[in-house]
Amino acid sequence: MANSDNNRRKFMATTLQSVGLTALGGLLWSGYTDEVKASPLVLRPPGALAEEDFLKACIKCGLCAEACVNRDSNKNKDGSKRDGTLQMAKGGDHRMIGTPFFIPTDVPCYMCDDIPCVPVCPSGALNEESVTNEKGELDINQARMGLAVVHKESCIAFWGIQCDACYRACPLMDEAITLNYQKNERTGKHAFLLPIVHSDVCTGCGLCEQACVTEEPAIFVLPIEYSTGKAGDHYVKGWDKKDQLRAGDRNLDEIETKTERSEQKASDYLNTEVEY
Amino acid sequence: MALNRREFLKSAAAASAASAVGIAVPSNLNAAATDAQKDWRWDKAACRFCGTGCGIMLATKEGRIVAVKGDPAAPVNRGLNCIKGYFNAKIMYGADRLKTPLLRMNDKGEFDKFGKFKPVTWQRAFDEMEKHAKIALKASGPEGVAVFASGQYTVMEGYAAQKMMKGGFRSNAIDPNARHCMASAVVGFYQTFGIDEPSGCYDDIEITDTIVTWGSNMAEMHPILWSRVSDRKLSNPDKVKIVNIQTYTHRTCDIGDINIIFSPNTDLALWNYIAHEIVYNHPEAIDWDFVKQNIVFTAGPLNIGYGMRRAGEKSITPVNKDGSAGKYTAKEMEIINKEMVKTISAKEAPALAPYGVKEGDKMKNTPGTLKHWHISFEDYKKSLEPFTLDYVAKIAKGDPNEDIEEFKKKLQGLADLYIEKGRKVVSFWTMGMNQHTRGTWVNTLSYNVHFLLNKQALPGNGAFSLTGQPSACGTAREVGTFCHRLPADMMVKNPKHRAVVEKKWNIPAGTLNPVGNQHIMKIHRDIEDGVVKFAWVNVCNAYQDSASASHWIKAAREMDNFIVTSDGYPGISAKVSDLVLPSAMIYEKWGAYGNAERRTQHWRQQVLPVGNAMSDTWQWVEFSKRFTVKDLWGEQPLRGKDKKGNPKKLPNVIKDALKMGYKEDTTMYEILFANKAAKSYKIDTKKFPQEGFDNSECLGDSRNVKGSDGKVFKGYGFMIHEYLFEEYAFFGRGHGHDLAPFDVYHKVRGLKWPVVDGKETQWRFNVKYDPYAAKAAKAAGSDSTHAFYGPLAKNLLQGNLNGPDKKLGKKSLKNKAKIFARPYMDPPEMPDENYDTWLCTGRVLEHWHSGTMTMRVPELFRAVPEALCYMHPEDAKAKGLKRGELAWVESRRGKVKARVETRGRNRPPQGLVFVPWFDEKVFINKVCLDATCPMSKQTDYKKCAVKITKA
Amino acid sequence: MSNIKYLLLRRVTQIGLMFLYFGANAYGWHILEGTFGASKLFGFIPLADPYTTLQVLASGFVLGADVLLGAVIITLFYFVVGGRAFCSWVCPINMVTDLANWLRRKLNLDKEEVNYRFLKRNARYWLMVLGLIVSAVVGVAAFEVLSPITIMQRGLIFGFGAGISVVIAIFLFDLFGVKNGWCGHLCPLGASYSLIGKASLIRVKHDHEACTNCMECKIVCPENQVLHMINKESISVTDGECTNCGRCIDVCGDDALGFSIRSFGNKK
Repeated sequence: MANSDNNRRKFMATTLQSVGLTALGGLLWSGYTDEVKASPLVLRPPGALAEEDFLKACIKCGLCAEACVNRDSNKNKDGSKRDGTLQMAKGGDHRMIGTPFFIPTDVPCYMCDDIPCVPVCPSGALNEESVTNEKGELDINQARMGLAVVHKESCIAFWGIQCDACYRACPLMDEAITLNYQKNERTGKHAFLLPIVHSDVCTGCGLCEQACVTEEPAIFVLPIEYSTGKAGDHYVKGWDKKDQLRAGDRNLDEIETKTERSEQKASDYLNTEVEY
Repeated sequence: MALNRREFLKSAAAASAASAVGIAVPSNLNAAATDAQKDWRWDKAACRFCGTGCGIMLATKEGRIVAVKGDPAAPVNRGLNCIKGYFNAKIMYGADRLKTPLLRMNDKGEFDKFGKFKPVTWQRAFDEMEKHAKIALKASGPEGVAVFASGQYTVMEGYAAQKMMKGGFRSNAIDPNARHCMASAVVGFYQTFGIDEPSGCYDDIEITDTIVTWGSNMAEMHPILWSRVSDRKLSNPDKVKIVNIQTYTHRTCDIGDINIIFSPNTDLALWNYIAHEIVYNHPEAIDWDFVKQNIVFTAGPLNIGYGMRRAGEKSITPVNKDGSAGKYTAKEMEIINKEMVKTISAKEAPALAPYGVKEGDKMKNTPGTLKHWHISFEDYKKSLEPFTLDYVAKIAKGDPNEDIEEFKKKLQGLADLYIEKGRKVVSFWTMGMNQHTRGTWVNTLSYNVHFLLNKQALPGNGAFSLTGQPSACGTAREVGTFCHRLPADMMVKNPKHRAVVEKKWNIPAGTLNPVGNQHIMKIHRDIEDGVVKFAWVNVCNAYQDSASASHWIKAAREMDNFIVTSDGYPGISAKVSDLVLPSAMIYEKWGAYGNAERRTQHWRQQVLPVGNAMSDTWQWVEFSKRFTVKDLWGEQPLRGKDKKGNPKKLPNVIKDALKMGYKEDTTMYEILFANKAAKSYKIDTKKFPQEGFDNSECLGDSRNVKGSDGKVFKGYGFMIHEYLFEEYAFFGRGHGHDLAPFDVYHKVRGLKWPVVDGKETQWRFNVKYDPYAAKAAKAAGSDSTHAFYGPLAKNLLQGNLNGPDKKLGKKSLKNKAKIFARPYMDPPEMPDENYDTWLCTGRVLEHWHSGTMTMRVPELFRAVPEALCYMHPEDAKAKGLKRGELAWVESRRGKVKARVETRGRNRPPQGLVFVPWFDEKVFINKVCLDATCPMSKQTDYKKCAVKITKA
Repeated sequence: MSNIKYLLLRRVTQIGLMFLYFGANAYGWHILEGTFGASKLFGFIPLADPYTTLQVLASGFVLGADVLLGAVIITLFYFVVGGRAFCSWVCPINMVTDLANWLRRKLNLDKEEVNYRFLKRNARYWLMVLGLIVSAVVGVAAFEVLSPITIMQRGLIFGFGAGISVVIAIFLFDLFGVKNGWCGHLCPLGASYSLIGKASLIRVKHDHEACTNCMECKIVCPENQVLHMINKESISVTDGECTNCGRCIDVCGDDALGFSIRSFGNKK
């Protein structure tokens, strides 16, 4: 009897310990995982889902990186292979381990017309549909890997230097980057040729960042969610018929607004006394 | 493109409120230096790169250049730069700078053509050069010693080199890479004006209403000028028009109101079309007062060939049964044979009809001649007859996908802009019109249109040749480092000119060689023929920059000769040489450059050269110490026969030299460089401009470099830079080429010659602006607004389109310029079934020439690491090529691998590819054809036929 | 040679497969591309790791058909050849832990076995379940962010970076810490293959008649609890935790152990 009691107590304790340790492990594990997935400034291959979904979906198989590095166009003139654009995150890369990413200043995305990296994705983390045009052809121009941003204080074109290296390097020259011509009032006879990035066209390939001749690039690609703002859905440009599309279908549950001022129910507010 | 235009106009409209833009410009350029920068020394200089000639300021600290800024006081750029200029401070500090002479040697330390490069002393280097130069002289006479010279020489270097070559070696085999870049413009100037260099200046940009670019990607090649053009467009977007006339769409087309894509070589037809429009359809637009007072009509022969090798030359002998000849394959000979006889094509036949030439005729070519003669206006008009809109549009449309009616509209629009009364027009061109098998023709055709309309040599009006190199004008042309030239537009073949130079140089009459035909391609060919046995490459990359490159490299590496390259960095030329000399780079020496608008700019030595590098001036002066009167001035053989049938030769002038007080063992150094005149230019380190600046040639320096005699070099002891400059300037002063004194240039931001009474000249030949024109008009009693006073070829025979008639005698055309009847003709190589694509080559903004400097600046290397083959996406598709894949670009002469690009800055029409030449790994000059304008001898790098296949 | 036959075969298989994976990236071969997470065989047959697939599904992402089909193929395959055959014949970490184990024996570290109270062999099943829960909670395939297996595999294919430290940590843990600590106690992937392999066809069979009770097999076995029949009865090893590594067969001098096809007809 005592023995079985003992055994039961022991069993109970062991179970409790196991459950407790598992819970502890689970918490630590969750915390760690949550931490490693928070590497926001990472550029993903073309067609990648939004980062949150991408991290879920990416099975870390590396097929995209292998397709990138082994594409026909990735050869040196002596036949040897060049580094691919896509790297698989390793320990120390400070990006979610095992996921594909690229650093434009190392190797930008060359925007291959046949996009070898996307169709090979088995999991759907790279969405072929998002880089397919109406005709059903793969179209790299549809990719949105990021968005180039110009820092105008360090961009020497804004000093008046005739640079536009980014503009010339852009595979969508005159569409993704255009030049804004302005008079240089200081010299009185030269023009500024200022690079302007158009977010509706820029694919985020990073060729501009690689071509930028300043010590640290003055034009650089950030993931779109970090390089763009968002105007309110409640306002539509009166002069632009298409702008209504931007507003999308508004969720009626979110129509009500709340501030510190409107927190209280009207009656509660009215029932408090006015100080006088 | 449409989008861009729209954007442009939008921004232009906004520009009127530009002050509201709020762009922060560093306003205080003289901001106080921080403590860390208080030992920075700022001094002015000129940019190292293109012919624009921007002024810069350099900061030095402890003997190193640490920073650069645009010179706010420089009129060209007002403190701005392009990205190459932005990196001037970095170009001299590449990790692989050449620091010591290197000689190919065997294990025993003897020179061995097949040995490896090993470091040697300067003394040993000069020993070898002396030995091999003497071998070459013995074998071939003065024609066996050659120099690949440069439009990037400083004025002093170029002068020293040509003085030693022409005065010392009595060899005219010195020719600059400017031959590849400006020669057609030069012959155009000579033939039209009788004197070299543009009549206008950059100020035209701010004054004109119309900018027409012909074969010029100004946006990438002259970015600072392009920003001035852009500014001009912004200032009045409706009135100011920009027209681009190119063989493919590029950056310059961005803001074009009209962009014309033409089929290679048909720019000849386009110019004639405009002239046809004027003469046939708008005769009222002709300013007859101006034309009658200032212009004569002329014509020249058509059967001038293409400047290729000619039958009988050693390397294309014997001709074999399979069509190959000598060192050339049967395929190469397919094209070279056209040098002797060509068949008139259907394309060119209508243009040649006024000359009595028909399709299918065999035209026997005789080597290019500069000969031309008077014709009547009626003859000129007859020559224009074929150039109707229909014919020109048919042959000139360069984009097969463009609608012919659209194209015609563009041509009409172009002609209308030129013709519009009161509209000011500037025509700019660069290599498209110069690197051309009819380069001289097309250059002169440009002036025709401007002359007829009286739109030349007026503020805001004129045809203006944009120079490629920083001192193609200043050194190559004005100093005369061409085989046929002497300083200030004098010619070696003119006995009076030789006498002037011999007198000034204090060398015996008859020393100078009157035969000046070894232009740069001829030097290469003479090496291949075994005539030139000693060649020295100065400030250029002659083995990367010349077409049909494989031939010249093979000749250098496999034949019995000695090639020397002086350079800052190792490139292809150094690689194929036998001896490599480390040169001081631009700011490591005193120097001067002359830009495209005749602006001469000087700078002082900012820092000591790296390692044991020494300037090219020093190298030439040291070399001159190795040769005496006896070595060089005896009788010397030349090739060919004189009029009496005797072998040509140069006379023995030793006796005359002795009479002048020289001895048989007096060195050329003593005669040409360290003479009495030279020594009168004193060193004074207490006085401006010498005070506080290094002077490695005159004083030696703290590096204690061991010189050509093995002893520490302590300097020449006189101000050699000033001496060389002043002696050179002497030739131009009083002859329309006046330069200011040496010291003045160290105070001002350059001056546009002629500098008369301390004032520069903006518009030459214009009585109002040019004192020389005023003087000439006054002397002639003319009331004309212009006087084209250039002295060359101003006494001509008279005749008609088919030739001169000696019976009519010669006619003087003092103070007059010329309009030439010159038709369209095909280039020698055009696409066919086997080689179905045009190849055009050129530069990109990021890299300078062969990339020896810019490929060593990390930022520029990263920006454009390799040369791409730009092609039309449909062509790529048809050839099974994906963007980014490697393709073979193959011609009859060779092939290279290049990566295909179908997007981006250069967008060729179908049937044409563009490949830049800066990248030695895409050695495109192995593919290019060494056909030249037969008159100017400038290579046509803009067109040959290739096929593109998957690599 | 006969006493290392299976060991050699396993090493050849492991290294060979790894080389094929490596070659896919380095030389563009199309034999076996990708990594264990998802691969392509001969350029078109999809393969995917079942546990990884489950984690992704748990994280809330509806996977592409390629992966799902691949996971089915792999599950069926190991269902036949014995679930944990993956661990001993494919997984590269196996070579690391085997080395640790071998060194333990050589250095006599086994003698001083510490009593790791809380680290039971069944911890891996807890971790396996936990991995799915964490995946669901955090929204990322949780084991994949720290799996030494794919870190090592990607390291071999794409370069290690700091990832090598994870591999070293496993090695040190198995050498100085718990015997068979990673593969035998913790690895949730191994756990998943144990479950798949529970009913697999290829099995080690014990011949009690031939056995001389030398116990060599129990010494080398990384999961020696599965050899409970030694010295007892002639049956197959049916436990899913057996990795089918064949070391026991190799070391058995008496022909008392060998691979056989499981006969479902026999009870136990």
